[in-house]
Amino acid sequence: MALNNIWVFAQSTDGTPTSATLELLTKARGLGGTIGAFHYGADAADVAPQLGAYGAAKVYSVGDLDGALPGAAVAAAMQSVIEGGDAPDLILFPQDYEGRDVAARLSVRLDRTVLTNNTDIAADGDAVTVTTPIFGGNTLVTTKFAGAGPYLALFRPKSFAAEEGGAAAGELVTVPIPELGATGGARVVAEHVEESHGPKLDEADIVVSGGRGLGEAGKYDLIEQLAKLLKAAPGASRAIVDAGWVPYSYQVGQTGKVVKPNVYIAAGISGATQHMVGMKGSKYIVAINKDKEAPIFSIADLGIVGDVHKVLPKLIEALQSR
Amino acid sequence: MNVVVCVKQIPDPAQPGALDPSTNTLKREGKLILDESDSYGVEMALQLVDAAGGGEVGLVSMAPNSETSGLRTALAMGAAKAVLVSDPGLQGSDALTTAKVLAKAVERLGGADLVLAGTESTDGYTGTVPEQIAEVLGWPSVTFAKKVSSDGTTLTVERQTEAGYDEVTCPLPAVVSVTAGVVEPRYPSFKGIMAAKSKPVEEVTAADLGVQPVGWAGAGQEIVDVTAAEARQAGEIVEDDGEGHQRVIAFLENLKVI
Ligand SMILES: Cc1cc2nc3c(=O)[nH]c(=O)nc-3n(C[C@H](O)[C@H](O)[C@H](O)COP(=O)(O)OP(=O)(O)OC[C@H]3O[C@@H](n4cnc5c(N)ncnc54)[C@H](O)[C@@H]3O)c2cc1C
Ligand SMILES: Nc1ncnc2c1ncn2[C@@H]1O[C@H](COP(=O)(O)O)[C@@H](O)[C@H]1O
Repeated sequence: MALNNIWVFAQSTDGTPTSATLELLTKARGLGGTIGAFHYGADAADVAPQLGAYGAAKVYSVGDLDGALPGAAVAAAMQSVIEGGDAPDLILFPQDYEGRDVAARLSVRLDRTVLTNNTDIAADGDAVTVTTPIFGGNTLVTTKFAGAGPYLALFRPKSFAAEEGGAAAGELVTVPIPELGATGGARVVAEHVEESHGPKLDEADIVVSGGRGLGEAGKYDLIEQLAKLLKAAPGASRAIVDAGWVPYSYQVGQTGKVVKPNVYIAAGISGATQHMVGMKGSKYIVAINKDKEAPIFSIADLGIVGDVHKVLPKLIEALQSR
Repeated sequence: MNVVVCVKQIPDPAQPGALDPSTNTLKREGKLILDESDSYGVEMALQLVDAAGGGEVGLVSMAPNSETSGLRTALAMGAAKAVLVSDPGLQGSDALTTAKVLAKAVERLGGADLVLAGTESTDGYTGTVPEQIAEVLGWPSVTFAKKVSSDGTTLTVERQTEAGYDEVTCPLPAVVSVTAGVVEPRYPSFKGIMAAKSKPVEEVTAADLGVQPVGWAGAGQEIVDVTAAEARQAGEIVEDDGEGHQRVIAFLENLKVI
């Protein structure tokens, strides 16, 4: 199937499109055809021209959801536009909370498969294929969509670099949300935001992450001190997020953030496949672990076989005295 | 309150995964165990039924070869009954077909006030199945729940977000996906393990549930290639002799980041 019409599920915060949205628009431009974006949120008028600058000719938006979760509402609105005649051949979603929910609901409504966890997509003649890393990124699986479109695909953040280009109108088209019945019942009644300071985990040039090898919650302080000295963002393995040592927003990996910093320092982290898929794209990796068989060493550029309680304090002291 | 938990039975994740070269799907031979991702849902369901002061926890699972080991673990934790969908024709099913099958299995079990699932399975991790089940059933849903409570007609959920959490309300019946680590799954007691042996597990096929097409025929996808990813160059591994930190400093200096 030729890709004549591609949509990107577009998200934004306070009038700025998310980087995942811009990454997908950039990739969509390379696949051919016209590009549309499908957005939700009160800031549609601010966002539409910015999406246009990345190639979106049309920006559909359902506007403010008034507290409703996007999954059911956006999927129903997408279906109404598709059945109204503007049917895309392919829809790209970011693999995040809302992307997953909308794509899942839409897949049932349209009775189409949805392919998840992808890092690449290619169109060659009639074949549209996606690439999915498995086993911690050691193996790449290429999967072809079969049958009729629209094809639905979810992509891990940072799979593509965002670049402005293909300037298009970004014409805003407001789409009413169809009657949802029971499916629209979930409502956000309050938001709780955890404090954060320093560079953002998924944007920082250096990331310093700690894992269960730190031994106890209080020792995470070593990670924070080191991060501060290096102007790095502190991160974590899921083991210590689950244990409640640090908030979920620190988590790197399959269910956490995907990071691609210049330098990633892993201290007391074993290197489980689900952790590695979130940091394997880092330019340089430094690992500190007392077990020389730890899998993290297989991808480290520099590995120190040693005790974090000895190496980290000395490292901090040496940096402080510079 | 009756709660049904979707529990996936998977190969032991401690063993390295492998693909079946003839089908390019994950090998699922040998004994399967309860996916840890779903043990949190089972625990949460038991707690919710307890707090409601009545009702029971049911289980639905789709797995090959009439596998019940994982179901028995969840029954031993305290669930009352299960429907297992096992059918050679289901091999190769995509997430959408899995969701259609599981939604029908929930109905087969007598319906529910609440369906719980994991946010993502350990071996498949599409993360779409719970939300797809909700759409098939025509129910509302809340994904990524950290905390769930119910007054019998409405749920109150703490839903994890990028920056913290949202408090979400949702009318019942509903589907909720539960994040890992949010409750401490109980260990089955000896009494529980013995009792689980006689708890009812009904085994059905996709045809019994009226779902078709399934398996390869129903999947809108086809695996065309499997390749090894480009390996990272092996780096330098050194034992810390008390000066290991100096190596890190030198490495960072060399990169001009300090
Ligand atoms: C569906 C699913 C999704 C997941 N998603 C994620 C995810 O997004 N991110 C993630 O990180 N994990 C994820 N996991 C969990 C993952 O499988 C691992 O359990 C987790 O990453 C382990 O964290 P860890 O390395 O801190 O702990 P461990 O594996 O326990 O490793 C601790 C390491 O510390 C070392 N150590 C101990 N003491 C010292 C010391 N004094 N000095 C130096 N080293 C020491 C040990 O040798 C060991 O290698 C997921 C799992 C599943 C099933
Ligand atoms: N074959 C299955 N049997 C029972 N539950 C399943 C199955 N596949 C997925 N699920 C449920 O859906 C959740 C998410 O799975 P997935 O979409 O595969 O990541 C799991 O944690 C289970 O609760």
